[in-house]
Amino acid sequence: MSAIELRSLTKVYPGGVRALDALDLEIPDGEFFALLGPSGCGKTTLLRTIAGLETATSGQVVLGERDVTGLQPGARDLAMVFQDYALFPHMDVTDNIAYPLRIKKVAKAPRAAKAREVGERLGLDQLMDRRPGQLSGGQQQRVALARVMATQAQAFLFDEPLSNLDARLRLEARTFLKRLQRELGVTTVFVTHDQAEALAMADRMAVMEAGHIRQIGTPAEVFQRPANTFVASFIGSTPMNLLDAVVRGDSLEVAGCKLAVPSAATGLLTDGERLVYGVRPEYMAYSAEPVEGALGGKVSIVENLGASHLVTLEVGETVTQVVVPEGREPSPGDDGYAVPREDRALVYRDGELVA
Amino acid sequence: MTARHVAGRIGFYTVIALVLAFFSIPLLWLATAPFTSDPTYEVSLPDLTLANFQAILEHPYALGSLYNSLILSVGTALLVVLFAALAAYALSRVRVPGRDVLLYTLLLLSSIITGTAAMVPIFQLAVELQLIDTHLGVILILTGGLLPAAIFMLKDFMDTTPKSYEESARVFGASPLQIVRHVVVPLVRPGLATIAVWAVANVWGNFLMPYLLLGSDPEYQPSAVIIYTLYTEGGQANLQLLSTFGLLYSIPVVLMYLFVSKKYGFRFHGGIKR
Repeated sequence: MSAIELRSLTKVYPGGVRALDALDLEIPDGEFFALLGPSGCGKTTLLRTIAGLETATSGQVVLGERDVTGLQPGARDLAMVFQDYALFPHMDVTDNIAYPLRIKKVAKAPRAAKAREVGERLGLDQLMDRRPGQLSGGQQQRVALARVMATQAQAFLFDEPLSNLDARLRLEARTFLKRLQRELGVTTVFVTHDQAEALAMADRMAVMEAGHIRQIGTPAEVFQRPANTFVASFIGSTPMNLLDAVVRGDSLEVAGCKLAVPSAATGLLTDGERLVYGVRPEYMAYSAEPVEGALGGKVSIVENLGASHLVTLEVGETVTQVVVPEGREPSPGDDGYAVPREDRALVYRDGELVA
Repeated sequence: MTARHVAGRIGFYTVIALVLAFFSIPLLWLATAPFTSDPTYEVSLPDLTLANFQAILEHPYALGSLYNSLILSVGTALLVVLFAALAAYALSRVRVPGRDVLLYTLLLLSSIITGTAAMVPIFQLAVELQLIDTHLGVILILTGGLLPAAIFMLKDFMDTTPKSYEESARVFGASPLQIVRHVVVPLVRPGLATIAVWAVANVWGNFLMPYLLLGSDPEYQPSAVIIYTLYTEGGQANLQLLSTFGLLYSIPVVLMYLFVSKKYGFRFHGGIKR
């Protein structure tokens, strides 16, 4: 088990595409770390560079105390689960799990015993003689996990570990993966494009865009206080409301409504300044009666989210969304007022958080 | 159903029957003539004699030539599979500038090398290298001729096997040679079998190269050349020997096809979730 440290890691592809731009990142020993971002942001390149499947153009990858930047993947003492699992189709489950030990020249009997032990732990004991083609997607994933567990590597790398499972199984696998990582205590980095997955599983996460890390933090930090408008709009199953605002004395004017300055930004704004005001739909209270310091408008759409409703309000020229608990949802056409929580509202100057 | 429609159907089946007959009558002849004491060019009911087989056994070069054919075709197939697998793997996995041009040029040249155009220089080359009248010479030249097409086909096959199998093995610390042995070869085994069968069938039927390079001694000639010598004293084709030898000559290839298609025929693979 060891920590992973990246020092101004850069990867430029032969065509001149800068996939990673001087990234610095520290992942402490035993952490479950998520790399999150839209497709093409460089998160998979970063994972593959840590693994050694891509060579870094400059910068360093440090594993524990060792600088592994120039080492071959096999010499780094890492284990990786691929998006498509990459189980060898001509080997049965036992041989697949034992393959890393075969490379380490462990004799046949002990490596079969180890494979059985790991397989049993993941509930594969009935399937040890099957070929990967005879397994379901969830079983294949567990074989791939068993195979990395058998390596006893310093750190695990997972590339989109859940993307090949169907929606129902994905939730189960999410819980399973998180428990497994906690029990094993091995430093684990996983890549995902699904913000819900990253929020749910990770101890800490990095949000990436175009080869840069936009924010590093715990899921709570990233969700509550996105460092910039990119992270704000990327994180959350309902996107954050981002509205143009102008500072008017000690309050903000947003779409013709007068709102209080968020508590974190008090004293940091100048009169007449143009900003972006951000608040999550979950952090607003809905009122059918006119209230002070609210965004008032006409209800245009009401979407059922199960235990709550997502109400879209037309406020002047713009729209804002607010989550309303079940039983209190308005009908389209009603007048409605959304009151932001002062401690959860944020202001962005030039796309960056003011705080 | 109109009369016109019925007439159409009748016409259709008549054409099918004629086409079938065109292809099956020669095969039928091959099956019956060897068992007929005095075969003609017509298909007739055999009198089930084995005298023709007796005659073939007594022929000084017939059985030996089957053995020669086996040596030439198996030897060539082994070399073609070995070299084509290594070359195709490298060409499929490593980005080389001008790779496709190289492949197409080789493919174009290969049809010249084993063709009539290069007959004289190849003969001279074989004389200089003292490879004339040796099986090795024929094997090497046929291998050279078959390799480009084999590399081309195998590269296509390897392009379709996902890279993540190999990358996975690489992260576990496997060396390039281990990756080829443990992962790549088992994955492309059906492709290798196809190439081997194709090479064997090609050499088995090749007349020109062995005729040219093994010309002076019938002891070394393969069946494809020997079958050309089965004439009567009068200069007529010896149908008894020709048909019998033709049957013996085709059986190994048919058996090989059956065996390989049963063992390596199209199979489903798993382990990569698509």
